[in-house]
Amino acid sequence: MTSWLDHTINGLIVGNIYALLAVGLALIFGVSRLINFAHGSVYVVGAYIGWVAVAHLHTPLPVTILLVAAGSALLGLLIERFGLRPLQGSTKIAPLLATIGISFVLDQIVQIVFTPDPRALPSQLPDWRFQIGGGTIGALDILIAAIGFTSAVLLFGFLRFTKLGWAVRATAQDRDAARQMGVDVDQVNRIVFAIASALGGLSGLLVGMYYNYIDPAMSFQATLKGVVAEVVGGVGNIPGAIVGSLILGLVESYGIALLGTSYRNLFAFILLVVILVLRPNGLFASKRQLPPEPLTGTFIAPSKPVPLPTPALLAALAVAAVLPLVIAQPYLLQTLTNAWLYALLGISLTLIAGTVGQISLGHAALLAIGGYTSALLTLDLGVPVGLSILAAGFVAAGLGTLLAWPAFRLRGHYVTIATLAIGEIVSLAILNWESLTRGPIGVFGIPPISLFGYPIESARAVYWFTLAILAVLAALQLRLLRSHLGRAWRAVRDDDVAARSYGIALDRYKALAFITGGFAAGISGGVTSHLYSFINHETFNAQLSILALTIVILGGMGNVFGAIVGSVLLIGLPEVFRVAAEYRVLIYGLVLLLLIRFRPQGLFGTV
Amino acid sequence: MSETTAPVPLLELDKVNTFYGPVQVHFDLSLTVPKGEIVSLLGGNASGKSTTMKIILGLLKPQSGTVRFAGEDIGALQTPQIIRRGIGSVPEARRLFPDMSVRENLLMGAFTRTDKQAVAHDLDWVLTLFPKLGQRLAQRAGTLSGGEQQMVAMARALMGRPKLICMDEPTMGLSPLFVDRVLELIAAINREGVTIFMVEQNASLALQIAHRGYVLQTGRIVLEGKAADLLVDARIRDAYLGGAEAA
Repeated sequence: MTSWLDHTINGLIVGNIYALLAVGLALIFGVSRLINFAHGSVYVVGAYIGWVAVAHLHTPLPVTILLVAAGSALLGLLIERFGLRPLQGSTKIAPLLATIGISFVLDQIVQIVFTPDPRALPSQLPDWRFQIGGGTIGALDILIAAIGFTSAVLLFGFLRFTKLGWAVRATAQDRDAARQMGVDVDQVNRIVFAIASALGGLSGLLVGMYYNYIDPAMSFQATLKGVVAEVVGGVGNIPGAIVGSLILGLVESYGIALLGTSYRNLFAFILLVVILVLRPNGLFASKRQLPPEPLTGTFIAPSKPVPLPTPALLAALAVAAVLPLVIAQPYLLQTLTNAWLYALLGISLTLIAGTVGQISLGHAALLAIGGYTSALLTLDLGVPVGLSILAAGFVAAGLGTLLAWPAFRLRGHYVTIATLAIGEIVSLAILNWESLTRGPIGVFGIPPISLFGYPIESARAVYWFTLAILAVLAALQLRLLRSHLGRAWRAVRDDDVAARSYGIALDRYKALAFITGGFAAGISGGVTSHLYSFINHETFNAQLSILALTIVILGGMGNVFGAIVGSVLLIGLPEVFRVAAEYRVLIYGLVLLLLIRFRPQGLFGTV
Repeated sequence: MSETTAPVPLLELDKVNTFYGPVQVHFDLSLTVPKGEIVSLLGGNASGKSTTMKIILGLLKPQSGTVRFAGEDIGALQTPQIIRRGIGSVPEARRLFPDMSVRENLLMGAFTRTDKQAVAHDLDWVLTLFPKLGQRLAQRAGTLSGGEQQMVAMARALMGRPKLICMDEPTMGLSPLFVDRVLELIAAINREGVTIFMVEQNASLALQIAHRGYVLQTGRIVLEGKAADLLVDARIRDAYLGGAEAA
């Protein structure tokens, strides 16, 4: 067994790597009030630049480091120029969503260019370790510590003693005032993106060397870790980000020592949620805190929804209902069935993110809860399938609301981060709670759908079954939106302070939204599990959450019919055109980016 | 007092029309700020005063009309370039950099300058105008009182050695004691040869130190003239001084 000192060293080294990420995130947040979800992609690109340099160009280490820093900085500049600058002046959440889209696109490009297979990234350093106390330190540990320390010192010097550094600080403290002093804030933005990305890329290189392993999928985790560290230290606070990173590294290292590797991320996200709930401004926030985020944390582009009279909706439903009589190919029906299931997720998210303005990035967790509930009820308790799906809806509604509860007191960006973390926690709980969920192996042999003993197995029957559920829940949601409840939800979204001063209990209405939305998503997950007959902790992953958000934005936030059409387009079209799976995610990312840029109100307008 | 010679205009707005989306804020707004004077733009809430400031500083671009500074059309320039031409800004609500020291704030005022020695010299000069700030140089600007912050904001604008300083409601939110002090300081800055264009809601105060005044009402100039004339003008007394005693 390795010593505690070893775990401490390991924690600090990993913390150092996180610090390189978190400092960049803090810099970017400082000058542009943006949580850059594409940061992990820069980190991956940095790692792959390093891999190309080491494995193909055989560059010496200093050259590799320079190449990685320069390449990543360039990527940062491109992201700033083409992804974010065009969005200046739009609502705050728009650039955040754009960085999500950018990260989808970048990760997918890396995956297409380098294949999803992992690569070894040898460190080129001598393989010696020396003893100190009860632990050992290797050359790579020292290199990582040195790079972390040097970067921190250079950054400090830059911010404190150079004119540009002053401009960065001034911009971070008051962007408008900085402009009025003659600071070119666009240039500041570029500089900050370049520096942050160089550090992020270096972090990717060092991680690759540390574990001698890189793969494209590490992007998302890296973003999350950086965000956790940044939030722990207080968003935008650079020294805080460094300390937060070291704390995160240590928490993870000790946690793994106690419980095992598969718990690593669980600690990170629980730490995040605890900090968000107890000290949303971070551990080191000064008494004079950042002003609260503007209320417009939502992505509601002002627009008139496209009018959709009830007869037209009924006609659309009728067409959808008779489609199986016309279409013979089961493949097409299966695709549409899939679209209906995503549409259930879509109407759920469009309610929570669109109508109530709580941009949730953990929505796949509701599917997972529903899926596991229905699967385990039928397999372990012998509950009939129809009943189990209904139960899946209720459990997802209840448990989902309970889990989202900590996020209710948060606003804007913080809701997004918190729900993302909660979603990850659910996925990790499924992975680790083996006695209930069967752990990483997943759940096999989930029985097919049946209702009152009648099997629903043909493509046609399943199609009608899901369409019927969707129609009922969508109609219910439309009815709710027109009621007093719907008005209260929109009031919470548009101005929560005003809503509260008119006597709307925010928590209660947010809970009602999560209950309503959780039910639809849970049903969708439940049905899905019976259709797949196998699920595991990765079936309902974070990518699904982001796909759901893209569906919702495509249709128009809060727009029930829009969510359904959005789902048909995003799920159905790539299927019909037989787009290869790896290009699909690329398409989703691009669709998200183009929508945010050119049609933020979606196809059918926000409601 | 030069009554007959036409003063040289340092800043000129000519038939400016500004919009916020579909809402028009300025209607053919024209005004002149002669070199060496204090010109005050008066008006109530939502009259378009602060928007005028944004137009001059290039923070907002008008739909039509020209903005000339020292004879040059600055309408197409970005804010940093406009600042470099010699315009200093004292923003509404002061807008200091709260986590920077007073000294750093002052030096940020000289951001566009490259003459380091002259900047150091000007720091001393500014501190003679605002001696109180000398004791506060190392203090974080966010911890100062409102009046002290206003001084820092004015001193910061001076550090750019501007030809013109634009002040947006410099007396807003200050205690009456400080209001007089700030007005004295504005007059003192003007005596140093700096032209001043100030936006004010408090007409009687502003006109005490101004040479000329313009009155803006829902985006249109409804009155203009010498400060002394405006102070006794019945219309402005009714509309803006609320019948109070004019100086």
